Amino acid sequence: MSLTLGALVGSITVFVLAIFLGFELISKVPPTLHTPLMSGANAISGITIVGALILSNSSFDGANTELAALLAFVALVMATINVVGGFMVTNKMLGMIAGRRRKGGE
Amino acid sequence: MVDSVVWDIGYLISASLFIMGIKKLSSPRTAPEGNSLGALGMLLAVVVTLAKLQTEGVIGWELIIGGLALGSLIGYLMATRVEMTGMPELVALFNGFGGGASALVGLSEALKRIQESNIPDPGVELYAIWIAIGLSGIVGWITLTGSLVAMYKLKGGFTIPFTGKWVRFPTWGPSWLNAVKVILLMTSFSLIWMTIQEPSDHSWIYALALSSGLLGILFVLPIGGADMPVVVSLLNSLSGIAAAFTGFVIGNNVLIIAGSMVGAAGLILTFIMCKAMNRELFDVLFKAFGGSGERDQLTRTKVGSDPEEVAMVLDGAQRVIVVPGYGMAVSQSQHAVKEFADLMESTGCEVLYAIHPVAGRMPGHMNVLLAEANVPYERLIEMDEINSEFPDCDVALVIGANDTTNPAARTGEGPLAGMPILDVDKANVVVIIKRSLSVGYAGVDNDLFYMDKTMMLFGDGKKMMNELNGSIKDL
Repeated sequence: MSLTLGALVGSITVFVLAIFLGFELISKVPPTLHTPLMSGANAISGITIVGALILSNSSFDGANTELAALLAFVALVMATINVVGGFMVTNKMLGMIAGRRRKGGE
Repeated sequence: MVDSVVWDIGYLISASLFIMGIKKLSSPRTAPEGNSLGALGMLLAVVVTLAKLQTEGVIGWELIIGGLALGSLIGYLMATRVEMTGMPELVALFNGFGGGASALVGLSEALKRIQESNIPDPGVELYAIWIAIGLSGIVGWITLTGSLVAMYKLKGGFTIPFTGKWVRFPTWGPSWLNAVKVILLMTSFSLIWMTIQEPSDHSWIYALALSSGLLGILFVLPIGGADMPVVVSLLNSLSGIAAAFTGFVIGNNVLIIAGSMVGAAGLILTFIMCKAMNRELFDVLFKAFGGSGERDQLTRTKVGSDPEEVAMVLDGAQRVIVVPGYGMAVSQSQHAVKEFADLMESTGCEVLYAIHPVAGRMPGHMNVLLAEANVPYERLIEMDEINSEFPDCDVALVIGANDTTNPAARTGEGPLAGMPILDVDKANVVVIIKRSLSVGYAGVDNDLFYMDKTMMLFGDGKKMMNELNGSIKDL
């Protein structure tokens, strides 16, 4: 797999457009949702789990790559904690807020 | 062999789910659905990746299955065991793990390439990948160490292993430290340059990890506890950026899209929070405030009241506004507060809650705690709306709040100048439950405590609330 200049510019285009999208996406957020939004976005940034998965596999390829494989494994564990814990905690917080809204006769 | 286009379409759907998820998370009605969409997107990305690995030939499932299982178990246990008061620390910790994972993926890729002698010749590929590895390293390590420091600051300290001794986490930041931070940042960028010059020498990458890890610690060390939500939000933004750079390292668009979107959205959220505190982001980050700064010396005293007196004042009150603060969170007194409200309402009194945007240690902290205690959502009134109600209320009951009620903020002088506050001093009677007269986080003495109409109940929030409830029942 060799990276061409064209492919790199393509990736940079995606990068820049996604940044603009992120800026536009949330404009007004009530304070109650600041922490759940932060925690939910944080869980999404655990997407690095994809990179950890790929490297946890390919690191077995070739000789003398134990350290690289070990680091990928640690990365995978950390990313999974981030993803699983992050979504669960967000869900827990939202459950308390939304549950009350329903009971409160919104 | 399945065409790689299939996987890319899977990743595209996953990225779209993330976008819809974030969008829905910003409105109360759709937030739970938004979180589910985000989780679904993540599940899809993982499944697509595993399927892709399977078709391209898996070399070993051991690490993959083991890592996913171990991470899920730890994440599950941490998420289910956490108390609402421990939530900010946990979010900071998860965030650090995300950043650390991105940095480690970059490091692992670099080591693998070095060991397999798979280093591209000087050209676009070498520059792009090595710069991406370097940047994901800088941002990722800063996120990891910075989040860990933030977590301990939110906890307030840590226990030394085996001795059981509790140590308060220091807040330390002389102004020359800013120069050290700039030097460390420049060093880190120079080290990226060195990794490109000598891509086969891994010592540069380790040096980069060291300098950026140290930078993360020094970055958060001078920032005080009350500013932590802003810092955690900023670190959350950085962990997204780190994931995006990792996307360049492994050439994967879903990382680039999700990462940079979280990075940008996190930055916006950081600004929204700064605005709620009436602070500039630059000041939060580089001008240490409170903590190491000057603190007012207490020269005045106030005689404390007892719960029976307060119960008598509350008897017959038509309207009570409860003003919760960090002290309510620390003492876990939200259930006692709810019991108090029930007692008052049974006599026909109206009870409202005044929520300051930065009360507690995370935004929405009070809302979540009171929701846990079954307080109806519509009784929680935000600052701008409740302030006009204080002159008409019989009693304002302040539980462990200080700076957010300090009239000194209106004077336009001192560290609190310009911070929006709750107009508690306009209530007919003010009851304050607090451990002592000590100054708040900003280090400013609070005139509210010394007013004639103020009654102080000195003690732990939960204990005093329970005693107060007991006295009301005895009347």
